[in-house]
Amino acid sequence: MKTSALFLKVASATLIAASSTAPLDNGKLNVVATTPDLAAIAREIGGDAVAVKALAKPTEDPHYVDAKPSHVVTLNRADVLIEGGAELELGWLPPLLESTRNEKIASGAAGRISASQGVTMLEVPATFDRSRGDVHPYGNPHFLLDPLNVKLIAAQMADHFAQVDPKAAAQYRANLKTFDSAVDVKLSQWEQQLAPFRGAKIVTYHKDFSYLAERFNLEVVETLEPKPGIAPSPAHLARVIATMRAVNARVILVQPYQNRKTAETVARQTNAVVLDIPQQPGAIKNTDTYFELMDYMVGTLAGAFRSQK
Amino acid sequence: MHASRAVTFGAAMLMFLPAAGWGQRPLQSDSVAVAIQRLGARLDSLQSGVCPVEPIPAAPRVTGDANSDSLMAAMNRLTLRVESLRATRCLTARVPPAGANPADTAQVRPDSLDPASGVLPTPSPTPQLPTASRSAGGAYMNLGFVALADFGWSTEPDVGSLQLGDHDPQVRGFTIPNAELSLDGAVDPYFKGFSNIVYKIQPNGETGVELEEVYFLTTSLPWNFQIKGGQFFTEFGRQNPQHPHSWAFVDQPLVLNRIFGPDGLRSQGARVSWLAPTPWYLEAMVSVLNSTGGTAFSFRSDESAAIHGGVPVEHAVRRLQDLMLVPRIATSFDLTETQTLVLGASAALGPNSSGPDADTRIYGADLYWKWKSASADRGFPFVSFQTEVLARRYEAAARVSAENATVTLPAETLSDRGFYSQLLWGIKPRVVVGIRGESSSGDAAAFDSQLRADRYRLSPNLTWYPTEFSKLRLQYNYDHRQGIGSDDSVWMQFEFLLGAHAAHKF
Repeated sequence: MKTSALFLKVASATLIAASSTAPLDNGKLNVVATTPDLAAIAREIGGDAVAVKALAKPTEDPHYVDAKPSHVVTLNRADVLIEGGAELELGWLPPLLESTRNEKIASGAAGRISASQGVTMLEVPATFDRSRGDVHPYGNPHFLLDPLNVKLIAAQMADHFAQVDPKAAAQYRANLKTFDSAVDVKLSQWEQQLAPFRGAKIVTYHKDFSYLAERFNLEVVETLEPKPGIAPSPAHLARVIATMRAVNARVILVQPYQNRKTAETVARQTNAVVLDIPQQPGAIKNTDTYFELMDYMVGTLAGAFRSQK
Repeated sequence: MHASRAVTFGAAMLMFLPAAGWGQRPLQSDSVAVAIQRLGARLDSLQSGVCPVEPIPAAPRVTGDANSDSLMAAMNRLTLRVESLRATRCLTARVPPAGANPADTAQVRPDSLDPASGVLPTPSPTPQLPTASRSAGGAYMNLGFVALADFGWSTEPDVGSLQLGDHDPQVRGFTIPNAELSLDGAVDPYFKGFSNIVYKIQPNGETGVELEEVYFLTTSLPWNFQIKGGQFFTEFGRQNPQHPHSWAFVDQPLVLNRIFGPDGLRSQGARVSWLAPTPWYLEAMVSVLNSTGGTAFSFRSDESAAIHGGVPVEHAVRRLQDLMLVPRIATSFDLTETQTLVLGASAALGPNSSGPDADTRIYGADLYWKWKSASADRGFPFVSFQTEVLARRYEAAARVSAENATVTLPAETLSDRGFYSQLLWGIKPRVVVGIRGESSSGDAAAFDSQLRADRYRLSPNLTWYPTEFSKLRLQYNYDHRQGIGSDDSVWMQFEFLLGAHAAHKF
């Protein structure tokens, strides 16, 4: 039993040492977002009153993030947690939260923001059936590509930030107002840029551009995945190629973590272009803010459609 | 409950609206009038606090006439809003039967856009429904089911003498070693509850059932403390707390089998854990557990004859030291953006059943390292390395030999040790190759036990995950037992997963 006594001694010594050092407080609200896109919006609304950290890397698939112990520490110190919700993070956020021990970000607390709350979800399945692939029961979770959803979420953030950090409430509201009008201005610009290509046909790898297509009147004619989360099969790709030829679709969108080679193979046979369109800010150069990313996305799409006219 | 019902309900509504058939029959203007009337009646009853019983099974139609269609689309939107209101207000809201509908989503396809009017003939997406963040496995509880099946052959005809784990393949041919029903959910704002009920078909064809785990976990203790209570896989090392279906190999590592027994170390008790307020991850925990039963193999188990060669002695709990104590400390660092290291040290201390005052001390160290590509596609590619080293000092008292009751074995210290190391490489999405090397040995004693003899094993394997809900694994074991010789075994494993299985820890 000697060893256990020693262990307890060491543990209690560490406890005493640790409790005497106050947690790092930079005077800012500690905001943790599950994905970089949510983090980018939080930065717009929080301004210099918040320190924002994203758990997922901009280049990785947000469905499959490792529940690393360092994330437990990050969440343990968070004042606010922003999650996409609608089961986007189902594979990794619940086990992290189980170990987090932070009531501030508990479900239902002011410090917990579920971005999907209030968003009109697309592709909500009527039946839960995994033979149709990994369909999210609450609908397609890639809703941040619609600027109107972004406005909804920004308002939610300002609201929660103000509740958690009342002394900076005026600042959050002012930031929201600025952001809102900036989105309005930019949205009409983006709409103008894409207006000449109304109904333009695109192909995506995963069902992750539905909201963009919906907002800017594009048509996703096919996905390279036969079903959500299911790897492309040769038979399915043959069908995709046939469809693309039939409807003259010549733009394929891929994200950094998706298999570009598959897209290139299809593109070669359909005389299409493959566009790298990340949905997460920071995945490629000069897309660090929300507006930079959207500018890049819309600009790249418009450029591709224009060159194909 | 409200939220989840509303979601299911809304989804179901969306399902049956288009399902009812966008037929080509002309829209009767009186059918709009009827629909408006019905909707009004439902609103009235909702307002007066009475729940209307069944949702309107009206069939919206497309006529091709822009005015009628836009009117009908507007009606549909209103209907959805009323039904969503009803779903949130009425506890007894019922989901209309699903299945009649070939269209699985209420997706608004741009190709169905009416060019003349710009009106979408499909109903508009759900009105703002609250979205819960857990799965649809149940209103208050996640329900999951995992089944493992093994198939294979070994050069050792008595496979049970080679594959000693409870969840290992145990015969030439087919084994169903683990079918697990898991239930979990938030009990209230203070506790979460978990349970795993395991069914296994034994080599004799009988079904065995065990309440493998049942425990609560606190969620809101102050100062970074957390308490777990009930029966649970004890947090010793890396693999012991993991369920068979998340193992990277078909079978239990030799050293864990020898030291913790066929079913790992778990017992009834409580665990206190503390997350240190350090900038890096540091967690200290200690479990206090009952020291009896087959899953306290090195302690007061009545199945311990294989360890000490004697007849196990039963004795009552007389003092606190007769319980088992399992301290553990774990820490982790992100070496780079893509590499993570987890280190841990554990001990398990308690009385054993060789005599009334004998005790056992087990020490272990574990290391886990993982690299995952910064642009991982579904988590691939990755490389991981995991190793655990364990040592046991079993203080055996003078005891009656289990083989010959006239012989008394002398008091002696039985020392055992072993390790396993495994390297996994996720080559491309859904494909993992792995290799495990392991060795175990025990010092000489006054009796012979195959369980303490030198043994090593080398196991390459290949795993293919069609999705994260199924897996197919092929494994070869080269197995060498001192005094017996070498054996070769080939095992196939298939797994499927239903429902809302809890995500895995790192």
